Amino acid sequence: MADLDPHHGEVCLGEICAHDVSAPHWRKMLGLLPSESAWWYDTVAEHFTDRHFNLQPLHLPVQAMQWDIARLSTGEKQRLAVARLLSVHPKALLLDEPSANLDHHNVAAVEQVIRDYRQSFHCPVLWVSHDGEQIRRLADRVVRIQNGQFAEQSA
Amino acid sequence: MIISLSYTDLFIAATPLLIVALLAWRMRLGFSGALLFAGLRTAVQLFLVGFVLDMIFNAGHWLWVMLITFVMIAVAGFEVRARQQNKLQGFWSYAVGTVAMFSTAFPVCVLTLLIIVQPDPWYLPQYMVPLTGMLLGNTMTSIAIGINQLTQNARKQAAVIEARLMLGQDMHQASADILRTSVHSAMIPIINAMAAAGIISLPGMMTGQVLAGASPVDAVKYQILIMFLIAGTTGFATVLALSMVKKRLFDSRHRLRLDRLQMHKSL
Repeated sequence: MADLDPHHGEVCLGEICAHDVSAPHWRKMLGLLPSESAWWYDTVAEHFTDRHFNLQPLHLPVQAMQWDIARLSTGEKQRLAVARLLSVHPKALLLDEPSANLDHHNVAAVEQVIRDYRQSFHCPVLWVSHDGEQIRRLADRVVRIQNGQFAEQSA
Repeated sequence: MIISLSYTDLFIAATPLLIVALLAWRMRLGFSGALLFAGLRTAVQLFLVGFVLDMIFNAGHWLWVMLITFVMIAVAGFEVRARQQNKLQGFWSYAVGTVAMFSTAFPVCVLTLLIIVQPDPWYLPQYMVPLTGMLLGNTMTSIAIGINQLTQNARKQAAVIEARLMLGQDMHQASADILRTSVHSAMIPIINAMAAAGIISLPGMMTGQVLAGASPVDAVKYQILIMFLIAGTTGFATVLALSMVKKRLFDSRHRLRLDRLQMHKSL
């Protein structure tokens, strides 16, 4: 959907379809969070266009922007990746297990941050999760994929 | 005046090589055959080239000079392709190096002869052929290193590149870092060569001119000229070749297309 692999068919978000806009523009609209985050500079801040993005709702201190990438834990990377994604202000969110590898406390924080984002920007969220509890907590609609097939849909 | 070498002279010069081959055979080191074959190959290849150049130098016709120049560029293009671990698919792997060298080394060579050296006629093969050869030899190495680095980095850092694309960066931003490091590694050989010139190594062309009776100061001037030309040509050719490869690594929708590289197990 983020148009990273060659494909057939067309994806649209509201009035705008992928092929009406440039690929980078489309990907900015469609915020995709991969299950494993990638980092390429030395410090956290270099990866953000908005260096004053509020990290506190994700239980990260303001100084986290100055942290060294090499010293981040998996959980910190995970939460910073969520922050980095939201700081681009996507119009829809595609999240691949955004709260995997996190403890309960931080799972709740990520869930709350995504919920708030969704409410303030009225944007659709597609959330991939293996956690049944979490699905019950968050989802309006559930699609279950089994052996590569849509197995079950529920409201 | 240059002192001519006889075939006996060459044979005498070959004796250390023959002794090494003999010893290696006795000690079962397993490379004596390869050594002898390589020695023979060098002799045959160079003799053939000598005859061809002799013919062209005597004919002196511009058509022949251009022909051998283009043949050299074409072979250099093949050599660039042969040194790639991850080749671009189809004719691109060949075209990238050839186009990059043709559009840099060739005009640089022609302009140098027309404006700086000014032999009469300007395409005088005694100048044109060695000049092209030296430019191509160095440019080829740098392009090959640069492309190899770029495609390898693209493979290794595919996750980073795609993560940057996901955040809405375009192909140029997403590949800026790997492009920079690749150009850097491509330029290192010529930068080192310029730093070492004269102190650690006596460059081949200069040595040759001194042997042929030129004054060292004249030979040095030519060597400096060549070094400058090589550095400039290498820079242009590498950037050109790498931006062509980059264009092939992404498509019009700014997707990373590693499927356009063919895997190579050898090397």
